[in-house]
Amino acid sequence: MSESTTSLIISHRRRGRPRSGLRSLWKSPFFDIAALIIIVVTLMALFPTLFTNIDPRDCDLSMSRVGPEAGHPMGFDIQGCDYWSNIVHGARTSLEVGVYTAAISFVIALIAGSLAGYFGGVTDSIISWTSNVILGIPVGIASLVILYQFRSRTVWTIVFVLVLFSWAATMRYMRSSVMQVRNLEYIQAARGLGVGPWRILRSHVIPNAVTPLIVMTTLSVGAGMAAEAGFSILGVGLKLPAFSWGIQIALASQDGNWQIAPLLMFFPTLMLGLTTLAFVVLGESLRDALDPKARR
Amino acid sequence: MTALLEVQNLSLEFRSQGAPPIAALQDVSFTLDRGETLAVLGESGSGKSITAKAIMGILPRPASHITGGRILFDGDDLLTLSAARLRKVQGARIAMVFQDALSALNPVQTVATQIAELYRVHRGMPKKQAHEAAVDMMRAVRIPDAANRANDYPFQFSGGMRQRIMIAMALALDPDILIADEPTTALDATVQAQILELLGEITQERRMALLMITHDLGVAGQLADRALVMYAGRVAESGPIGPMFDNPAHPYTKGLLGSIPNAAHRGGDLPTIQGLPPDIAQRPPGCSFNPRCGYATAECRTELPLLDVFAPERAAACHHKQEVIADVALGA
Repeated sequence: MSESTTSLIISHRRRGRPRSGLRSLWKSPFFDIAALIIIVVTLMALFPTLFTNIDPRDCDLSMSRVGPEAGHPMGFDIQGCDYWSNIVHGARTSLEVGVYTAAISFVIALIAGSLAGYFGGVTDSIISWTSNVILGIPVGIASLVILYQFRSRTVWTIVFVLVLFSWAATMRYMRSSVMQVRNLEYIQAARGLGVGPWRILRSHVIPNAVTPLIVMTTLSVGAGMAAEAGFSILGVGLKLPAFSWGIQIALASQDGNWQIAPLLMFFPTLMLGLTTLAFVVLGESLRDALDPKARR
Repeated sequence: MTALLEVQNLSLEFRSQGAPPIAALQDVSFTLDRGETLAVLGESGSGKSITAKAIMGILPRPASHITGGRILFDGDDLLTLSAARLRKVQGARIAMVFQDALSALNPVQTVATQIAELYRVHRGMPKKQAHEAAVDMMRAVRIPDAANRANDYPFQFSGGMRQRIMIAMALALDPDILIADEPTTALDATVQAQILELLGEITQERRMALLMITHDLGVAGQLADRALVMYAGRVAESGPIGPMFDNPAHPYTKGLLGSIPNAAHRGGDLPTIQGLPPDIAQRPPGCSFNPRCGYATAECRTELPLLDVFAPERAAACHHKQEVIADVALGA
């Protein structure tokens, strides 16, 4: 009877899960701004009609390169299409490239890095050598060559090329992180208690080794978006009639358009820059929050 | 009748690229029987923990290589058992309590999940039932308010309570042999006494064999039936704990026993064994203990003494054991 009384008393001050470091993220104004930018851009990508009712393909050539006016906050592009509507509709493609690339790289790096790091030996040799080959290729030139082979390029073509060259570096992070955890005492303890290797990997190694990979992945979303724009400027990216910030920057940079109408360059660059920066800030904040050593 | 666990001439070395192999264990042999407590004594680096890890099959990979010997458990050689069959032994029949429970528990899982994992892996219990079994086990090692504390994470427990969690994990499947690797080193004296009492009671209750690794002679004297003294990766002396502590036959054992503080040392310096344990990569020729030994002669610097049975159940690896025994008898 006395025991049940004690447990009653104690149950009032249950702690449950330890207070997550993630909650303290919101205290940083940089993080708040970054989160706001990412939320807005994500909404643009998912529901562009929330932001504009104008059809981005409803163009009037007589309005070509006309500056901002009432109802058209960003003016008109070369074809005389509403630029704000174009920017809003371009968010989806840009974000898709960044997010898909990061997500697929994450999955590949998680699996390959875990196997290589935990099992070592031949598995490690095969995976590490493959990644070394990839890392040895000059990415810029190789991407151009590959993309050039495709007549019509979709988001997935771009994602394919970006993933092809980005998984290797991410995988190495995961691999070294797993190798660090692999010989820790609690992994030995689990082995000593007869837990099989797959279960150890899944429930003990990966949860303790995945943090740097999460941070890397977040940082790489922005890089993917920037790369998409880069490919468009070089003429090997997406093409009209697709919408993307990269295409808009590319068009603005052609034929001296940006000298006549600098805003055509300014708006998509601003959006791309802000979003990329927001993902970098998010990644760095996550790193600080998830790394107990960096916490005060 | 053969013993439950029989380690025969176990030798093990660490290899790394670009360096000569380092012999961590040489010719280590001992037996352990049901219901018996064996203390493995020795300084840091003498090979105590690595012996335990070899038995558990959790040697650090890929550096360690077993170069000889057998570890017979219930008739099977654990060193040649397939991985799948070995896993049936690990945890279920031989289990281990680690020195530092904080680093031996997964920091991102609740303690009940970790105890329950054993029931799920070895007995295929469903999640809920395994959780209940885990809570029962936590009660068995006397963790207050076990049902509520089951969902806490390792860092939310005190050192003593964490060690109890480790013990609960080790005992979960009612193993035949419990290996405790300095289970109380990280704890303060009162908690240490509680943990030792718990270990003693549980192993006795369940007629478990306990292999207790420690450098604390007091702990060994309190708990063990027999002792194995290790020095630089070899067995220096073995035998029943009473006779060995009363009449050590190896100068190293004698030195260890002489450095236990007691009333006679009040106000004076504590006797110590001079020098440091040898670097096992560069053992002195002959007996590894010779540079620190008061009995050392020319023979000790060239000839390796073998573990030699000199009285019933007692063995020592020393050329001068008779002199040591005689000296101790005279009170020197």
